[in-house]
Amino acid sequence: MNQELNKNFASGHSACAGCGFPTIVRTILNESKYPVVVANATGCLEVTSTLYPFTAWKVPYIHSAFENAGATISGIERAYKALKKKKNPPAGGKKIKFVAFSGDGGTFDIGLQALSGALERGHDFVYVVYDNGGYMNTGNQRSSATPYGANTETTPAGSKTIGKIETRKNLMEIVNAHGINYLAQANVAYLPDLKMKAQKAFETKGPSFLLVFSPCTNNWKFPTSQYVNIAKLATETNFWPLYEIEKGKYKINKIIENPKPIAEFLKTQGRFKHLFEKKNRKVLENIQEMVDEEWNRLVNLNK
Amino acid sequence: MTNMTNATKKRIALTGGAAAAEALRQINPDVMAVYPITPQTTIIEAYAKLAADGLVNTEVIQVESEHSAMSACIGASAAGARSVTATSSQGLLLMHEMLYIASGLRLPILMVDSARAVSSPINIHGDHSDVMGVRDSGWIQIFSENAQEVYDNTVMGMKLAEKVSLPVMVIMDGFNTSHSVENLETADTKKVRKFIGEYRPEQTLLKTNQPVTFGPLALQNSYFEFKIDQEKAMMSVADCYADITADFAEISGRRYNFFESYKLKDAEYIIVLAGSAAGTAKDVVDKLRQNGKKVGLLKINLFRPFPSAEIAEALKNAKSIAVLDRAQSIGTMPPFYMEIINSLNATKYKIQTASYIYGLGGRDIFAKDIEKVFMDLIKNKFSKEIKYIQ
Repeated sequence: MNQELNKNFASGHSACAGCGFPTIVRTILNESKYPVVVANATGCLEVTSTLYPFTAWKVPYIHSAFENAGATISGIERAYKALKKKKNPPAGGKKIKFVAFSGDGGTFDIGLQALSGALERGHDFVYVVYDNGGYMNTGNQRSSATPYGANTETTPAGSKTIGKIETRKNLMEIVNAHGINYLAQANVAYLPDLKMKAQKAFETKGPSFLLVFSPCTNNWKFPTSQYVNIAKLATETNFWPLYEIEKGKYKINKIIENPKPIAEFLKTQGRFKHLFEKKNRKVLENIQEMVDEEWNRLVNLNK
Repeated sequence: MTNMTNATKKRIALTGGAAAAEALRQINPDVMAVYPITPQTTIIEAYAKLAADGLVNTEVIQVESEHSAMSACIGASAAGARSVTATSSQGLLLMHEMLYIASGLRLPILMVDSARAVSSPINIHGDHSDVMGVRDSGWIQIFSENAQEVYDNTVMGMKLAEKVSLPVMVIMDGFNTSHSVENLETADTKKVRKFIGEYRPEQTLLKTNQPVTFGPLALQNSYFEFKIDQEKAMMSVADCYADITADFAEISGRRYNFFESYKLKDAEYIIVLAGSAAGTAKDVVDKLRQNGKKVGLLKINLFRPFPSAEIAEALKNAKSIAVLDRAQSIGTMPPFYMEIINSLNATKYKIQTASYIYGLGGRDIFAKDIEKVFMDLIKNKFSKEIKYIQ
């Protein structure tokens, strides 16, 4: 792999073939004009990149706990602020950028409080969620980011249930309610868009937030070669619109002229297989309605 | 503590909380991450005012929970900043997870804890339940009897933490000490800063040209060794503590040891305890001594690491001992008692030792209560059960 691409995050980590986050991490970090320091919540990314005595990180990195990436990066950022005032400032007085990476479990669920606190205090950092819709590191348990109807180990589809019966938490709206200057929803299948958003996030003064779609081959159950195609389908079906909110102003970055039916996305993954049984036809219709409704809401906000 | 008062030093009246804030002002840490929780709130309020008036350079982070307070301290400390926090009771319990991470990462974070009862039922007053709940978390733990000791331990604690690369918890009794105004002597700020020195860690997150990974995954082939190394580091603390207390005596005139021996030399009946009750216990020792009773007090200062051999040596001539705990270990004997029994068992000394629990949830202990304990020892009134001083 090319050295420039690998300059912050090395190959040789142990993430699964067909996993989305190595590309997300590289793409985002490579957009920083300044040295970066990374805090990482417990999860797949941490486990596959730091197995002692090896590390895939070519930038300063800390993993502390599951629920505290927001608080950890707060401490680092303030330490920088404090030490910058001293005689021998860190990094020779150069600017440093602070990035927190977490999965959806570490953000939507257990880490929501620490994230909220960090956003409210206005630290200068970029918070990135690689959203694979559940606790994939521990073998596919539901999170509040798991889509409606997904079969997980803790919301198994059975004769009486359709899998997860709750819809995804709308984290973008929650984060936006903190009044931060920049947040965006991106997708690993659209790298130029992700790069543009990473640049904007790094340029933002104060907190910024990126929610990035990250397929999980193991637990969504699809062939490893298909991760980009599946991620693409998420946007082409309007399940995962690409949009950003800049100082409260919404902008949809990619308007799909003729969105594909949501079933096109769902049928690629084993976790939704049960939805294609005859008895669940109504559920599929419901999901399509939900997708349309959310898209229309965004379109209205985009005006 | 041996007091060699020097008239040139500053004498002021402060609460324990304010004494900690004053020591922190002199330390002038880079980062303080705090969340208000009674009764340590006095420390952070006093410190916030100092920061507001520009008397310290500290970046104060008003975090949204105690868990985040310790998390932010961990991030800041790994970034090379001198980092402190203060907490109490439920707050310390909420930090529990992060305490192990701070010590496992070998970060020299300083914490002042106003030791307090834990819920349920909820109770805001002093006892040692919070501290005892985290005694295996790999932190150095130092008890303080009064505002003077809070001040002294805070200053020494910062230096000790950085010397051994381990976090330090300075403990005072909630309310009894945190909210009581007492006279104390503070050292000159310049001297304190010189005593502590600059904090210059070798590896930090902000050395961007020497990237380091903190907090990796260590599995069956390496985790065990990391934990043994941590134990070794803790075992080196006693020597460093002795050096630092000696150096501190030079600037303060007050000399600390692992524990305070109060009229122990020829004592036949000894009480062991820690914290604010020591003051009352000393009065009782004085009174009984006047009546010809050979009684003494051993007051624990350094609790983690526990100076077992030295304590056993100090207790060896006793006829009997009473250990007074201000916490339970529900289902077994209380913490200090267990430590003392273990210390004595490691030697050839077989001394009858009784267990008492006092002061839970802020219940006062009076001189008459302590006198009764001594009288139990003298009259050989022993039971194998825990006795409660209610």
